[in-house]
Amino acid sequence: MTWDWSAVSDFLPHFWDGLLVTLQILVLGSLVSFGVGLVWALLMRVPSRWVTWPVGAVTEFVRNTPLLVQLFFLFYVLPEWDITFSALTTGVVAIGLHYSTYTMQVYRAGIEGVPVGQWEAATALNLPVRRTWTAVILPQAIRRVTPALGNYVISMLKDTPLLMAITVLEMLGEARLFSQQNFQFTEPLTVIGVAFIVISYLASLALRALERRLAH
Amino acid sequence: MTSGLWELVLQGVWVTIQLLFFSSLLATAVSFVVGIARTHRLWIVRFLAGFYTEVFRGTSALVMIFWVFFVLPPAFGWQLVPMWAGTLALGLTYGAYGSEIVRGALGAVDPAQKEGGIALSFTPWQRMKLILLPQAVPEMIPPFSNLLIELLKGTALVSIMGMGDLAFSANLVRLALQESAEIYTYVLLIYFVIAFLLTRVMRGLEKKLKAGVGKAPQKKTAAVPVPEGSGVS
Repeated sequence: MTWDWSAVSDFLPHFWDGLLVTLQILVLGSLVSFGVGLVWALLMRVPSRWVTWPVGAVTEFVRNTPLLVQLFFLFYVLPEWDITFSALTTGVVAIGLHYSTYTMQVYRAGIEGVPVGQWEAATALNLPVRRTWTAVILPQAIRRVTPALGNYVISMLKDTPLLMAITVLEMLGEARLFSQQNFQFTEPLTVIGVAFIVISYLASLALRALERRLAH
Repeated sequence: MTSGLWELVLQGVWVTIQLLFFSSLLATAVSFVVGIARTHRLWIVRFLAGFYTEVFRGTSALVMIFWVFFVLPPAFGWQLVPMWAGTLALGLTYGAYGSEIVRGALGAVDPAQKEGGIALSFTPWQRMKLILLPQAVPEMIPPFSNLLIELLKGTALVSIMGMGDLAFSANLVRLALQESAEIYTYVLLIYFVIAFLLTRVMRGLEKKLKAGVGKAPQKKTAAVPVPEGSGVS
């Protein structure tokens, strides 16, 4: 096995570019998944089969099919319908939607975990439905599930390299480009592999600290 | 779509199923070996198993696939057949997730069961085989079922390396027809059907195993879900 440190230093500028894009995808994708997931979770509580059944079916479908194929679907099919986004936007939408089907389950568990007494108190105080949700139920539910949402962010980090397949130059995309130009595969791929391990380890430490703080 | 193109898709389905089968076998083996090693009494064994889990769980499956395809061949001078390279990368990665499931389920067995085994002077291996595993394995089935779906979704990644699986065949059909909506819809549906069948099989397995230890299958409860095998524990 040959290891060439000069290849590592040549790759580093590209690595930082890729890292920036990866973090961008991660932040935007998380925001999409948190927002859309909450919408799914609330729709699932509408007391009508005409809403819950389609929402349940669609989210189940998205959850059980590969993100990669969904990416290709959005990337190739949307332009046929004359909707064009940049590759990065398509990727963020796809990864956000995919993970929203997971976060909806997290929210659901959080909402169901709010004690019944809270609902009854809201009714007794004659709070309107909107106030009940925004001031009583959701603040307690979301606080309970924040660590679980964080776990999905770490999970999403490990799915960001898939965006390489639709030409986004995130870490793996940069590494592949560099390897193909210089015929050096070992160094860039190892560097980003280690980077993924380090980032997800640091993120899990941060998450543990957050969990401890929220426990009080 | 012509029948020739459908044939292409069917070949893709076959490759995906083969890959799923082999990599799930490898992942199961890795899960049990590493998961049990994490409960070993020697700290070095526990440490090595934990290190393995952290490394393979920390990195992305796709990065691992790239590594096995591009770094291993020049480093060790052997080139793997794509099917085995894919199996190796997916099996090792998802095995690391699975080992957390095994460790969790072993840890959840009532400690009195283990103490009973010690009191009856069972060897550690006998305790594992006769007391802990029979009770822990049925509890592992629901999380393993979720992990299997994740693995099915993961098999699509090998198409990036040019392996002719289902996702790859979709790409070929797209290029042949210059039209993508139809084929990608079909392919997503095929993946969904495979996933649906897998969950059914796993549910049947759970029922059978739980009947063996006198328990009813798990009722659906709204526990806060965590990504399979991950979680900061």
